[in-house]
Amino acid sequence: MKIAISSQGKEKESLIDLRFGRCTYFQIYDTDTEKLTAIENSAISSTGGAGIQAANLLLNENVDAVVTGILGPNAVQVLKASDVKFFTPGIKKISDIISDYKENKLEVKEY
Amino acid sequence: MNIVVLSGKGGTGKTLVSTNLAVYMGANYIDTDVEEPNGFIFLKSVVEETAYVEIDIPDIDKQKCVMCFKCVDFCEFNALAKTKQGVLVFDKLCHSCGGCKIVCPVDAVNYKKKNIGIIEKGKANHIKCIRGVLNIGEPIAVPIIKEILNNLDDTLNMIDASPGTSCNVVKTLEYADAAILVTEPTKFGLHDLGRAVKLVEDLNIPFGVVINRITEENNIIKDYCKENKIHILAEIKHDKNVAVLYSKGELLLEDDRYKEIFESLSNKVKENLLCK
Repeated sequence: MKIAISSQGKEKESLIDLRFGRCTYFQIYDTDTEKLTAIENSAISSTGGAGIQAANLLLNENVDAVVTGILGPNAVQVLKASDVKFFTPGIKKISDIISDYKENKLEVKEY
Repeated sequence: MNIVVLSGKGGTGKTLVSTNLAVYMGANYIDTDVEEPNGFIFLKSVVEETAYVEIDIPDIDKQKCVMCFKCVDFCEFNALAKTKQGVLVFDKLCHSCGGCKIVCPVDAVNYKKKNIGIIEKGKANHIKCIRGVLNIGEPIAVPIIKEILNNLDDTLNMIDASPGTSCNVVKTLEYADAAILVTEPTKFGLHDLGRAVKLVEDLNIPFGVVINRITEENNIIKDYCKENKIHILAEIKHDKNVAVLYSKGELLLEDDRYKEIFESLSNKVKENLLCK
C-alpha cells in the first residue's frame, strides 16, 4: 500500500503542507518496502485545476491513500472515484505521520 | 468602426463613459462586461431579442473508451481527470478546444452543448444595444464575447469592456479600431492604467485616456500621460452630483452641465482616434 503526504520539503523531518493541489512536494510512503520517496508536485504551477492535476499525479504513482490538509471538491471527486482514502491529521512532521499511520492512529476523513 | 472602452482598474467609469458617449454619438452600445453588465440600467434598454450561448463540452462514451487517458494527458486545463472508473469531465475548466476528440484513438469523445449565458439585443435612446450575460458561477466568458463581436453592425459601435487586462479584455480588443482608457487619479488607477496602455500598445490600437473623478489640476495620471505622450481625451471632475445621478441610474447627458464633456470627448475621439 502507498500513502502520499503533501509536504513542505523533501526530508523525513519536513512538515506536512496543508495545501493539496499546490503543495511543494508529495512524499510517498510504501508500507511494503517501508521506503519514503519525495516527488515534486508538478501541479503547483498550473493555472487552474491544480487539485485535479495533483490527484492524477498521485494516481499515476498508484497511491491508495492521501494525507493532507484541505482538499477541494474536484480533487476529492477524482480520488474518490479511484477508491483513495483520505487522512487530515493537522500540522505534523512527515516521520510522525508515518509512525501514526503504522500504529493505526490516523483517522480516516470522510468526504 | 469599433471603439472599445476599457480601464485596467475596475470602477473607474467605463460604463459612465461608454453609455453617455454611445448616446451622444448615436453609436450602438455593446456591453461585453458579461460578468456584470450594467449599461442597460442607465440606457433603460428595452430587450427585444434573447439568444442563448452554448459551448461544446466533451462527453465520453464509456462503451468505447479504452481508458488510455490520452485525452487527460492532452488537456492543458485539467478539465479531464483519470480515475479507476474512467475519464472524469470537469465542465467548468473546459475551454472547448476540441483536442481530446482529436487525440482519442477509439473515437470515444463526443461533444454535448452546454448553455453558459445569453445575449440580449434591444433599443434605448434611439440607439441599438447589445449585452452578454454570463450565467452565475460560469467561469469562462470569452465565448459570449466572441459571439457578440462576430455579429456587430458595420456602423459605429461603442464597446463597454470588462475591467482588468484579462482574456475577456484581450478578446474584446481583437475587434477594436480604437480604444478609450478610463482611469482615476489614484495609485491603483495609475498602476492598472499602465497595464492597459501596454496592452493597447502591443496590439497597435490608437487610444486616448479619460480621467474620471479629478480633484486637482495636477495629478499622477496627467504626469504619466505627459511623460508617455498619451493623449488625454477628457477630464471628469470629482462631483457629488455625478455620483447622485449615477446612483439613480441616470445618464449624465440628461443634465446640461455635463453634456459638454461628452460633446468635447466625441470631437476628440473623432479627431484623434477615428481619422487614423
